[in-house]
Amino acid sequence: MRVRYAHLLNILVYLAVIVALLALAQGGLNNFYLRVLSTIGIYVILSASLNLTNGLTGDFSLGHAAFMSVGAYASAILTLPPATKAAMNAGLPVWLQELTLPFLVATVAGGLLAAALAVIVGVPVLRLRGHYLAVATLGLMVIVRVFANNWQSVTRGARGINGLPPHTNIWWTYAWAILTVYVVWRLVNSPYGRAMIAIREDEMAAAARGVSVFATRLLAFTIGAFFAGAAGALWAHLITAFTPNSFSFAITFNIIVMLVVGGMGSISGSIIGPVLLTLLQQALSRAETMLAVGGVPLYGLSQITVAILAILIMIFRRQGLMGGHEIRLPRLFTPLDEPSSADG
Amino acid sequence: MYSGSYIAQQFVNGLNLGSIYALIAIGLTMVYGLLRLINFAHGDLMMLGAYIGLFIVTNAFLPLGAAVVLPMLAIGLVGVLVERIAYRPLRGAPEVAMLMTSLAVSWIIQNGMIMSVTAQPRSFRLPPGVNQLHQMGGVSFSTIDILSLALAVGLMALLTLFVRYTRIGIAMRAASENLRAAHLMGIHINQVIAVAFLIGSALAAVAGVLWAGKYGTVEPFMGFLPGLKAFVAAVIGGIGVIPGAVLGGYLLGFAEILFVGFLPPELSGYRDAFVFALLLIVLLIRPNGILGASNEDRA
Repeated sequence: MRVRYAHLLNILVYLAVIVALLALAQGGLNNFYLRVLSTIGIYVILSASLNLTNGLTGDFSLGHAAFMSVGAYASAILTLPPATKAAMNAGLPVWLQELTLPFLVATVAGGLLAAALAVIVGVPVLRLRGHYLAVATLGLMVIVRVFANNWQSVTRGARGINGLPPHTNIWWTYAWAILTVYVVWRLVNSPYGRAMIAIREDEMAAAARGVSVFATRLLAFTIGAFFAGAAGALWAHLITAFTPNSFSFAITFNIIVMLVVGGMGSISGSIIGPVLLTLLQQALSRAETMLAVGGVPLYGLSQITVAILAILIMIFRRQGLMGGHEIRLPRLFTPLDEPSSADG
Repeated sequence: MYSGSYIAQQFVNGLNLGSIYALIAIGLTMVYGLLRLINFAHGDLMMLGAYIGLFIVTNAFLPLGAAVVLPMLAIGLVGVLVERIAYRPLRGAPEVAMLMTSLAVSWIIQNGMIMSVTAQPRSFRLPPGVNQLHQMGGVSFSTIDILSLALAVGLMALLTLFVRYTRIGIAMRAASENLRAAHLMGIHINQVIAVAFLIGSALAAVAGVLWAGKYGTVEPFMGFLPGLKAFVAAVIGGIGVIPGAVLGGYLLGFAEILFVGFLPPELSGYRDAFVFALLLIVLLIRPNGILGASNEDRA
């Protein structure tokens, strides 16, 4: 067997396993668990894509909620039926009102719009570092929310958008999750990804070795934003109704804690983190209503637990669960004409 | 065109808003100067201060002065505690770890309040006497406006004296110039940092009470935006420098009021977007702010 075929065969087998598992889930789980599963998939997209900036390139961005919001609004406007749009979003140009696109196209469009915003914002913002970048990207979140609240004729302002077709299911979310992880993985093992890691480790040295620092950071930011936009579109069509406040600091914080738990910079970590944390939060939010004190549910308990977890990890295991390492799936097929030295 | 009294009215509004931003920004800039940490929880300490103020105002048997002094004491201690528990174990850790931790502390405080007093906004009503409106040449302001301005300016003057003339104030300035060197010179930096958190948090608490008095409501998320905006103010003035925080606070207050008061009313909904656009412009044109002199690696 040639190297290329063996590689492809490995990927195909694992894909088949995932598809079989999803089919099993689709058949055996009720709607509630399917939604949890979709939520996990969306969080995998978000944390794997945020890992590009925050984990690999070393830029601490807090802007993912902003990009999600853009993706959600853009895709919603593309999938809503024309009659609804004529009534709800009267400010849209006529051709947009009459347009209804397939979900996939709308999701991609949401991602592209988010990526375009990332380029426009990234050019000034990525000149900043560290804390300044964090605040500027948080500011981006505030700005997007301000526009969503005030651009009434298109976004319906604070009333938000509702009645979206519930397109999102586990197939869409996991297809996008696998695509995201695959893109990130190929990127990490490409010259671009190596450049990102070089910038994280020592920006000056990377620049001296000919890495074009700004372009690389912008690339990481933009690709991350694309997938965040797509995740926003998936999210919107999962919950089918959202307002400008749906994409708030809470989501950004969740994604970042997931990354931290999994271990920043590790692709496997960016999958493990969302799985563990979503399950933990589901369990805790059940506890919130069960542990009601005097009939009042303990809302906030799950968020506090997550935040305390984040602080404990920062103090005692800063590298997260994976600590920058990866879990490698065993290779089922090895090429015949080359011993197992090639990197799968 | 705008009448003289309208302009004067906007000036008063800007002065008021600016005082609040300045009070919050002082704490942020002191902590940043010492630890290179943007304390994202700072706005939430302001919120806690407002809630304590609310408790005191609604239990009217306490004098109004208590609605300022008690939140200052309580939140000052909370600030010290937060530093001791969450930030001190991370001394010398990478910037990202500190950032992450302060985000988490902020989230804990917000959700802790949701858990204990629910997310329901509460109205913050001042005793009738202080809400009395005065007219002066077409400009109207209430007693609370004057009181809060006097309070803010008085506290800032006290702080200036403290930082300039007391032993610990001088130590604080030294430590903010170079923490390691100050440590080597025998300055107890832990003590200095604790005092910085004490003062900064106390001032944030005052700002919270003033904010609540101005807008009339209190809710667990009220500290998020003022906290971020105060950071913008601190950056405009030059972060790490206390007079810079005051200057930036007033500039931002005036800029925001100008934006709302003198541009078409359709735009006023975009004021928060305007503040962050301002941050970007300042960071790109003059990253060290107006009074900042250090050549730090931030842009």
